[in-house]
Amino acid sequence: MAQILETINATIKFGGLTAVNSVSITQEEGEILSLIGPNGAGKTTLFNLLTGVYRPTEGNIKFYGEEITGLKPHERVAKGISRTFQNIRLFHEMTVLENLLIANPDCHREGIWEAVLGGGKLRRKRQQGVEECEDILRAIGLLDKQEELATNLPYGKQRLLEIGRALATNPKLVLLDEPGAGMNSVEKEELSRLIHYITDDMKKNVLLIEHDMKFVMGISDRIVVLDHGEKIAEGKPEEIQSNPLVIEAYLGKGIPEDEDD
Amino acid sequence: MKFLNDPKKKKIAYLVLLVLLAVFPFVITNSYYLHVCISIGVYILLATSLNLVTGFAGQLSLGHAAFYGIGAYVGALLMLNFDVNFFLAMIASAVVSGLFGLLLGLPTLRLRGDYLAIVTLGFGEIVRLVFVNWAEVTRGPLGLPGIPSPSIFGFEISGRTAFYYLVIVLVLITLFVMSRIVNSGVGMAMQTVKIDEIAAESIGIYPIKYKLIAFVVAAAFAGIAGCYYASYIAYISPTTFVYNTSVTILAMVVLGGLGSIPGSIIGACILTLVPELLRFMSDYRMLIFGALMVFMMIFRPEGFWGASKRVKNIYKIKAGGAKNGSDSGDNQRHD
Ligand SMILES: Nc1ncnc2c1ncn2[C@@H]1O[C@H](COP(=O)(O)OP(=O)(O)OP(=O)(O)O)[C@@H](O)[C@H]1O
Ligand SMILES: [Mg+2]
Repeated sequence: MAQILETINATIKFGGLTAVNSVSITQEEGEILSLIGPNGAGKTTLFNLLTGVYRPTEGNIKFYGEEITGLKPHERVAKGISRTFQNIRLFHEMTVLENLLIANPDCHREGIWEAVLGGGKLRRKRQQGVEECEDILRAIGLLDKQEELATNLPYGKQRLLEIGRALATNPKLVLLDEPGAGMNSVEKEELSRLIHYITDDMKKNVLLIEHDMKFVMGISDRIVVLDHGEKIAEGKPEEIQSNPLVIEAYLGKGIPEDEDD
Repeated sequence: MKFLNDPKKKKIAYLVLLVLLAVFPFVITNSYYLHVCISIGVYILLATSLNLVTGFAGQLSLGHAAFYGIGAYVGALLMLNFDVNFFLAMIASAVVSGLFGLLLGLPTLRLRGDYLAIVTLGFGEIVRLVFVNWAEVTRGPLGLPGIPSPSIFGFEISGRTAFYYLVIVLVLITLFVMSRIVNSGVGMAMQTVKIDEIAAESIGIYPIKYKLIAFVVAAAFAGIAGCYYASYIAYISPTTFVYNTSVTILAMVVLGGLGSIPGSIIGACILTLVPELLRFMSDYRMLIFGALMVFMMIFRPEGFWGASKRVKNIYKIKAGGAKNGSDSGDNQRHD
């Protein structure tokens, strides 16, 4: 199996705080990998390192074997990494369809002359862009809400729309930061179906952060556990569930002095 | 304004408006009124262009008058010293102003909000000082008199009526280009940069690129306005291209409604007309004007025609309905 994502000793320090400390993870093509850990463990920060919001203080990030540590966020999107945010960051004043359209590479790469001159070729390209978004809208169940402003959607739907927006960039890997947060159990089931649709039907890879243990254990092929910025465990869901280090981290038994091993 | 949602009625409304504009000089022969109309036209050029930077790309600029001035001086100097045809001079004004737009846009690579506003303010001041102090070329505070009128194929465009029609043509071209830009992927990308840069980056948009496009295009159109103004008024001096002018243009954009082209047009009309209407009470003019602005911002912070009134589907193509789109020919036209 091909390795799609690899971090090698990824480290980032904010002043005195080491938010991510020498974390090495890998993700194989086709597997759903999850990142878990207590609050403040460094999960979102690791996502920010993967997507280029932050540059690591030390360490490297590789995507399909290619070094991407120095690339800017938009360049990483072009390589095929896209994401959602823990605190939803939709373009609230835009419609559902526009939120997807603008993520479509053909849309924002429209040239300015092309836009001014218009014409049939541009119109066909736009038509095709809309049709590509249509498939995503259908997958996230928002086809009938396409003209609604994003801000008017209920919370759970906003989460789905943000996933849709990430998909519209035509990624190889989608990073989902707590996609189930704030969702009820029905919505979570919908979400779980969507994630399987992304991996099985769209043939994309998913790396996700999630706090809902039942959800994570059910959906993940493999899990990485972070605590205080360090990777404390990794393995299959069953292995993680019975790992004493993980239980300790979650029960808060970890005493700061004992952490130097 | 509901009837404007129907494309057919909208076309008719536009047509009526065009006819009214065309016959206006025949009905109203008072040249002061024509002058006010021409001023409105120039300010529409300035406001719609600044709207691209501030309303769409979300970059606060307090130096728009500098581009207006650069366009005016470049155009005037070319026409005066090198006998360049007005229309060529106008293209040169657009290009030079656009290049300065790039120059000013570059600091936005790092700056945001207030800091950017200060840089643009400083830029405007530097440009004005160059007009004042580079006396060998600009004649400093004395200004440049005797700027020629445009001529096409030997026919001179002179007199207010001719200039009135010329500005209408320029406004129509500008509005066409601006609406094409904002109703495109480029325009949408600009708006994502305004709304949330991190989110924009997360979907592959490079914010700097769109900020620069906005700055350059806006500067080029302000340059065109400057060249036109120089030829119309026949005399330019640094006092026109001051901070006050930049603020007035910004006020038009904000008052009309950030991120809305009709808003900028309305803003330009109101802020040109109101001071003229209040001319009779010269002492209290600016006071009342200021009070109106405050009143407006309290009761309609979104402006007269805010972005919320914009078309809710930039491409005017619906998903799902796209394939059997018998009416799609009409829907896809952008105006
Ligand atoms: N830009 C920043 N500057 C300073 N500290 C930061 C920054 N970003 C994150 N941190 C710190 O890094 C640590 C890890 O934060 P992070 O958001 O990655 O945690 P998390 O695992 O996502 O937690 P949660 O489950 O609450 O979302 C926290 O202590 C946080 O305060
Ligand atoms: Mg987090």
